[in-house]
Order: sequence, then structure tokens, then C-alpha cells
Amino acid sequence: MHTLAELVIVFVILLDLALAVTGSLSTCIRLVAAQGVVAGLLPLLAGGHFQPRAALFAGAIVTLKGAVFPWLLLRARDKSGAGRDVEPLITYPASVLLCLGAFIASSWLGSRLPLPATGVAWIVPASLATIFAGFLLITTRTKAITQVLGYLVIENGIYIFGLALFVEQPLMVELAILLDVFVAVFVMGIAIFHISREFDHIDTAELSELSDWRRGEYGR
Amino acid sequence: MEIVKPLAQYLAALALAPLLPGVINRVKAFFAGRRGQPVLQLYYDLYKLSRKTPVYSRTATWVFRAGPAASLAALLAALLVLPFAGRSAPFSFDGDFVLLIYLLGLARFATVLAALDTGSAFEGMGASREMQFAVFAEPAFFLGLTALARAGGHASLAGMFGALTPGIWRVAAPVLALLTASFFIVLLAENSRVPADDPNTHLELTMIHEVMVLDHSGPDLACILYGAALKLWLFASLIACVVLPRRTGSWATDSALFLLAVLGTAAAVGVVESVMARLRLLKVPYMLITAFAFSALALIFQMSR
Amino acid sequence: MTRALILLPLAAGALAFLVRDDAARRRLLLWTAALHFLLTALTVWGWAEGGAGFEFFPPGGQAWFAYDPLGLLFLGITSLLFLGASHYAVSYLAGEKRDPGEDAEEGFIFNNAPEAVFTGCLLLFLAAMTAVTASRHMGLLWAMIEATTLLSAPLIYFHRHKRSLEATWKYLLICSVGIALALMGSLFLGAAGLKAGAGLDISGLLAGAAGLDKPLLKAAFLFLFVGYGTKMGLAPFHTWLPDAHSEAPAVVSALLSGALLNCAFLGILRALAVCSAAGLADFAGGVLTLFGLFSVVTAALFMLGQRDYKRMLAYSSIEHMGILSLGAGLGGGAMFGALLGAVSHSLAKAGLFFTSGAVLAAERTKRIADVRGLRRRAPLTAALWLAGFFLITGLPPSGVFLSKFVVLREAVRGGRWWLAGGFLFFLALLFAGMAKVFIQMTFGEREPREGEKPFAEPSGLLLPAAAFFALVLLLGAWLPAWLDSLLRAAAAGGAL
Repeated sequence: MHTLAELVIVFVILLDLALAVTGSLSTCIRLVAAQGVVAGLLPLLAGGHFQPRAALFAGAIVTLKGAVFPWLLLRARDKSGAGRDVEPLITYPASVLLCLGAFIASSWLGSRLPLPATGVAWIVPASLATIFAGFLLITTRTKAITQVLGYLVIENGIYIFGLALFVEQPLMVELAILLDVFVAVFVMGIAIFHISREFDHIDTAELSELSDWRRGEYGR
Repeated sequence: MEIVKPLAQYLAALALAPLLPGVINRVKAFFAGRRGQPVLQLYYDLYKLSRKTPVYSRTATWVFRAGPAASLAALLAALLVLPFAGRSAPFSFDGDFVLLIYLLGLARFATVLAALDTGSAFEGMGASREMQFAVFAEPAFFLGLTALARAGGHASLAGMFGALTPGIWRVAAPVLALLTASFFIVLLAENSRVPADDPNTHLELTMIHEVMVLDHSGPDLACILYGAALKLWLFASLIACVVLPRRTGSWATDSALFLLAVLGTAAAVGVVESVMARLRLLKVPYMLITAFAFSALALIFQMSR
Repeated sequence: MTRALILLPLAAGALAFLVRDDAARRRLLLWTAALHFLLTALTVWGWAEGGAGFEFFPPGGQAWFAYDPLGLLFLGITSLLFLGASHYAVSYLAGEKRDPGEDAEEGFIFNNAPEAVFTGCLLLFLAAMTAVTASRHMGLLWAMIEATTLLSAPLIYFHRHKRSLEATWKYLLICSVGIALALMGSLFLGAAGLKAGAGLDISGLLAGAAGLDKPLLKAAFLFLFVGYGTKMGLAPFHTWLPDAHSEAPAVVSALLSGALLNCAFLGILRALAVCSAAGLADFAGGVLTLFGLFSVVTAALFMLGQRDYKRMLAYSSIEHMGILSLGAGLGGGAMFGALLGAVSHSLAKAGLFFTSGAVLAAERTKRIADVRGLRRRAPLTAALWLAGFFLITGLPPSGVFLSKFVVLREAVRGGRWWLAGGFLFFLALLFAGMAKVFIQMTFGEREPREGEKPFAEPSGLLLPAAAFFALVLLLGAWLPAWLDSLLRAAAAGGAL
């Protein structure tokens, strides 16, 4: 049973790497969705015996991350005329190497942290590496949509991290957190739409009028 | 008897290697809806070429003439340390996988040097590309073998492949799956298959391996073709060892299973060639970096278990 | 009561989306704010009557939402602030020209967000903040703080133009990502209490603090600090704050600065309380002190040469958040000072932002260099503007002065001369930087612009500011007994 969970973990990491090299925006959206679904199913695979509560929650996650988010984001992409490409600031090989480096660092960190033994190998490094991949997406990609994707990847990583630590949150709290993530993506989607209307594109490099280094000039 | 079996295995490898390109071609023909060449086509070609007189350019030196033979010799030597069906090779010692990698490098070096010696722009271009991709492929291969050495706890090829059992798949499935994927990508790139290179291309500008050997003829070309088949065999048998670890104790059954796996790998190459288009040259390093990432991940996984 | 406190603005917020009539919706806003304040006052009164034996409201304390003195204090600030803000908002919305409006800076035409959305989000924002102050579970606290981010984003984007959108996007992204780290921190906290079976319930964590795993608890505190510190605007995670505060309408800036930052501070205080109970007070206090001082330094440096007066106020908020963090980090009596600072800074800064709205209405610009001789054009506004300056920089008698003084005294008493000296130096720098701006804007000769009509000072905008300033002044001169005991109880429950 645990081997299956380990395979899923490896899959999550491979999705991180794939996110680092993928140049197509729609593929990126689908990869993030796949990662969310896989992460959502993880507790069912590792848990052993069937629990209705876990199944219910996993169902909610899979629906939200696997269907609703990609739909919302693909819609935002089409409506905002975001184009097809991811437009990274660094080359793809550099992204992959950074991801790999992050994974090495996080497996070192994972072995140093005095965490409870998990039984599923690599789950802590994988979650930390996923969080790093999210930061990578936010910082090295120029489009607003990829930043939302980065946020979602970070969220996936934190979710897996929570699984690794066996922290049982009450269902109400889990649902509240999930609702927050949903609203966050929803609000960001609306913001992307407005950005595309105001700026004619969604390149966040254009969002640089407000700064203390060009104080109050407002492009004059 | 202890000497005969490895020797028989070695000879079997030498004899069966030219079968693999034939299998690949038949699979491709099947996908294209053709009958295709006979499976034994390469044997005929080798026979035919070996009886011809080679032609040498006036500007070429001894480097050009020695290239194919040196390359073939290196590959023949490499096959000596290669395990067969997870059993010991004629030669086996700690760290022999490093020797294997260097022998492969030597073979490539001889081919590239011969290509440069012609002084032709095309061959120089091919040589440069070959080396560029090797820069990415070799670390992937090296890291992959290192991960395997860690997984089995042995530093010799025979040891690490011999230690692979179906039980290891149950414990370390992710590592082996990653390694298989990585080796397969390296196989495609090292043997100039689609999507890294197209062995059937007709335009020199797009060739990589083929353009390097344009000037070779007769027995020299036979050497090169045979060397390519050996190289394909080498990678295919490594993959076969990983995917299908030794199961029974019987020499014959194991060998038969192993041969089936090697042929299956060749068929898989054929399938890939049929369903994929060739990558743009700029994208090939990305593919190899992916292989490198797979190997690195496998190694990290193995280290942090 | 707790339930009513949260449900009231929630229901009113939902209703605000449905009400068609502007006047009715504004009445709804006012009445909800008043009722919320009344409920809050009743809760505080109930606590004051209950005296020292009062621990939770309702007693028992194992509820999702309940009040301890610390939560009660922040609830009081939030509710009072919202009451003032709702008054301001009603006049502001009435005065705001219907769309499309003209941008004060670049002169382009933009639309405003629908008023129903604005009012609805405002009320839901209040509900979320109330829930933050009442949360008794670290996971729930996280969810509610994230909810405040999401609900306030549409408020910042009230004026629909490029700059406010940019500010909104930065705010959304930086705070969401930052707060995601706080979720990591909550998980670490859960892991630290796994062996002790402490869970994530705050009472459970405090009770089982001795059994918490120390290294994990340290990691938990760091993550929680960075996460909530981003939201609180501590340097170097403050980058969203000046943008959001300068581009949002004045009433929203006031709420962000006065109420929202405090909510994030509450998150840090909860983590600090757990750390102190587990015997990690020195570690946690050190982190808070370091980043607190760094925030004061950053604010001081960016204050010099500031060209936009709303950004200047935002940096002043960063400074005060730094002081709060410093006070909480020093512990002892400084904790009391930090909490008093939270109260007085909220009121003073909200009043200043309210006044800045009036200044903007009078001068149609946010550039400091373009505002001269405000006292000629709008004497009342100018008087309040100057009064706010004296209060916020902490000239005695003012609540801000008292809090700064207490924090400084604690630093000196602890023998941290370097800390005290640096703190005092940068406070002086801040005072000088702000004094230059305020005096330039208020005094000086003003040349009337072409076609300028005389400015009728809107009493609706100035009244809440005046009331808040009066309260801050009062706090400096006389601390009511019940507030004193509430602050002391909160300081004791908050940490150290």
C-alpha cells in the first residue's frame, strides 16, 4: 500500500519538474490540476482502511482542484487573451536545475527536522520541494496566471506537508481552508480579468508604477 | 564450464545485436502499414559492405581510417563488462560501470575524430552536435548507474544488476521506474533515434549521427553500423535487466526472458519512433536534462531512504 | 453573544448585496456598525463585571469562537474603528460623484466599483475580523485571517483604475503567499503537539505547552511570524503595504491600518503565548525584537523624501507595527505598552487617514509637493491634520506617547542600551521626516489654481477623525480602570 503512496509522491515531484519545463500555459494549468487531484487522493492511498470523512474531503478537493480551478483558470486565460506561452524570466533548464537543487536541499532538511516518522518515504522532501516549485513559478514567470498557479502549487505542497505530519485538523477547519483557497483563486481570476482590461495584457512586469524608487511620478 | 557460459553469452550478444535495428524497422513498418525490410537486413548489409573496397579521400589521414575500427574495438570491450540476464559478465570488478561509460566515450571520441578529419563542414557540424548532446546524456547515464549501485549495494555492473530482484521492485518501485525512464531517454539519444535524431533523414543539415559517417564506405561503414547495433544492444540489455529482474534459477529460462525483454525494448523504440515527431534541435537538450533529472531524483530517493 | 457578533455583520453583508436603494444600504451599514459596537460594549462590560474570574465568554472555553481578554481588546478596537469608518463611509459614498470619476493624479476617467459590492465587502470584512479576534483554534484563525485578505481586496479596488489594480494584485498575491507560510507554521505547531496530544486548539496548546516538541515549536513560530508578519506589514515583508494604503479609499486605508494589521498581530501574539508557555520566550522575543526594530528603521529611512502623503502614513503604520512587535518581544511591561500602542495607534492612524481623505478632496492630489497652505483652503482639515501629526508621533499627552515610553522604559530597564538608543534615534528621525511634511502641507503660501471653487469642508468626513483624536488624547491623560485591567489581563494572557 505504501509503495503506491510512494509512487504518487514521485509523481508529484515529476509534476513539479514538468511545471518547471512546460512552456504552454494550458498544460501548466492541467499539470497543477493533476497535482492537486493526486495530492487529494494521497490520504486515501496511504490510510489503509476506508473512512467516510476522508473520502468526503478527498472528493471535495478533487472536484475543486481537478475541475473547478482548471476551468476557472482556462477561462481567465481565454478571456484575458493571455496567450499560450508561459514566458519565463530564466531558461527552462535553469528552472529544472533549481527544482532539483531544491529537492536535494529539502531531502537534507527533511532528514534533519525531528518530524514524526511517516512510513511513506520522501513525503516531507516532496512537499517542501513542491512549495519551492510554487515560489519558482511565482518569481520567475511573468504572467499573472502563472502566479496564481504558483500559489496553488504552494498550497498543494502545504497540503502534502500536513499529511506528512499527521496533523488532524477538524473537518470544519479543513473546509474553511479549502473555501479560502477557492475564494482566493476566484478573486485572483477576477483580478486577472481586470488586469487584462486595464493593461491590455497580463504581464505583471507592467505592474510597476507604484514604487518608492520612482516615487509618485506616475509615469509623468 | 564457468568460462564457457559467460563466453557463450558474450558471443550471443555479438551475434544477436544486429537483430535489434531490424526489429525496430519492422515495428515502424507495421505502424506505417508497410511490410518493411526483412528482420535480418542488417546482417545482409554487413556482409555486403565487408566485401567492398573502401574509398578514402585524399585529404583524410590515418585518423580517419582508424576511427571506425577503434570505435568498434571500444564497444566490443564495453560489452565484455556488460552483464547478461543479470548474470556475471566475462569481466567484472568494482567500479566497472565507470569503465563502461569511458569506453562508450572512447568510441564516440574515435567517431568524432574521424568525422573532423575529413575536413568537411557537414561532418564537423554533426560532430559538434554529437558532442553537445553527449554532454547532457553522459551525466544522466552516470548518475543513473550510480543510483543503481546504491540501490543494490554493489559497485560492479554484474553485482548491481544481479542484486535486482522482483522484491526490489516492490520496495523501490519509484527508483527503478525513474531509472528505466532515464535509461530509455539516454538510449534514444545515444543511438540517434527519434526524437533526438532521425536515422532515416535525407537532409544533411538535420542529421547528427548519420552526417558524421557520410564519408565512410565498405568495411569501415560495416564497422560503424555493427558498432551502432552493439551500442543499441548495450542500452537495451541494461533496461531489460532493470525492468525484468532475474526470476528463476534456470539459465535457459532466464536467458530467454532476457532476450524477450531486449527485443521488447527494441520494439518500444520502434513504437516511439512511429508515434513521435523529431524534436527541434534546440529542444533535445531539454529532453536529456529531463533524463538527468530522473536519474538525479532516483539517486536522491535512494540516498534518503 | 459571540455568535451574534459574527453573524450580525455576516447577515448584513449578504443583505447589502441585495439592497437596491443606496440610502437604505447606507442606513444598513450605519445600523450594523452601531449594533456591532453595542454588542461589543456589552461583551466588554460583561467581562469587566465578571472580573478576574472571567476566562472565556461563554465560559467553558472549548468552543470554536470565544473571547479571552486579548481577543476582547482587539475586538473592541475593531468595532470602535468600524463605527467611525461607517460614519465616514456614508458621507464619503454620498459625496463620491457617481461614475465615471476623474483621477486626481493623472486625470483619466475611471469607474467606481458598485456601491453594493463595496458596502457588502465592508460588512463581510468586519465579520471576518470579528471571527479572527474570537478564534480559539489556530487553523480556524488562519482561515479567518486569509478571509480578511480576500474580502478586503475588492475594497482596495474600489476606484477601478490601473494603480489601484496594481496595488490590489500585489496585496492579494503577497499576503496570500505569505499567509500560506503561516499555514505551514500551524502545521508545524500541530506536529509539535502531536506527542502531547495538544491539538491546535489554543487552550489545549497552552495547557499542554510543557510537552511540546521544542525544535518543531521554533520552526512553527518562525513560519507563523513570517506569515502573519507579512500581513502585519513588518519589514522586510511590508512591500504590499504602502501601495495598498495609498491607492485604497481613505476609509479602507483606515480600516486596513487600524484593524487589519492588528488582527495579524493577534495571530503572532497567539503564537507568542504558546512559545512563552513552552519556555521559548527568549527565542520568540528575540525574533520579534529584531524584526520590530528593523521595521522602525525601514520606516524611518523610507519616510525621508517621501512624496506621497498617503504612502507616508502607510510607512508610519509600518513604524508602529514595528513598535508593537518590539514591545511584544521585550515582554514584561513592554507588552502592556504594545497593546496600549495597538489601541492608540489604531485610533490615531484611522483619524489621520480620514483626514487625508478630506485633504485629497480639498486639493485633488496626493503629492506632498503640490499641497501648500492647507490652512487657507480648509482650516478645520488643516487643524485636524496637524493634531493627528502630534498624536501619531507621540508628543505627550497622547496614548501613542505612553506606549512608546513604556516600551522604551522596558528596554532601558533590561539594560539594552543599544536597542533603546537606536530606537530613540530612529523615532527622532521619523519625527523629523514627518514634521517636515506636515508643516509644509499645512503652512506656507498657497496660490489659488484656475477655476477653483471654495472648498466646503465635509463635516461627515472630519467628525470621526476628531472623535478618534479626542479619544487618543484622553488615553494619554486618563486610562479608565476597566480598560487598564483589560489591557493588563490581555498582556498577561498574551504572553510572557
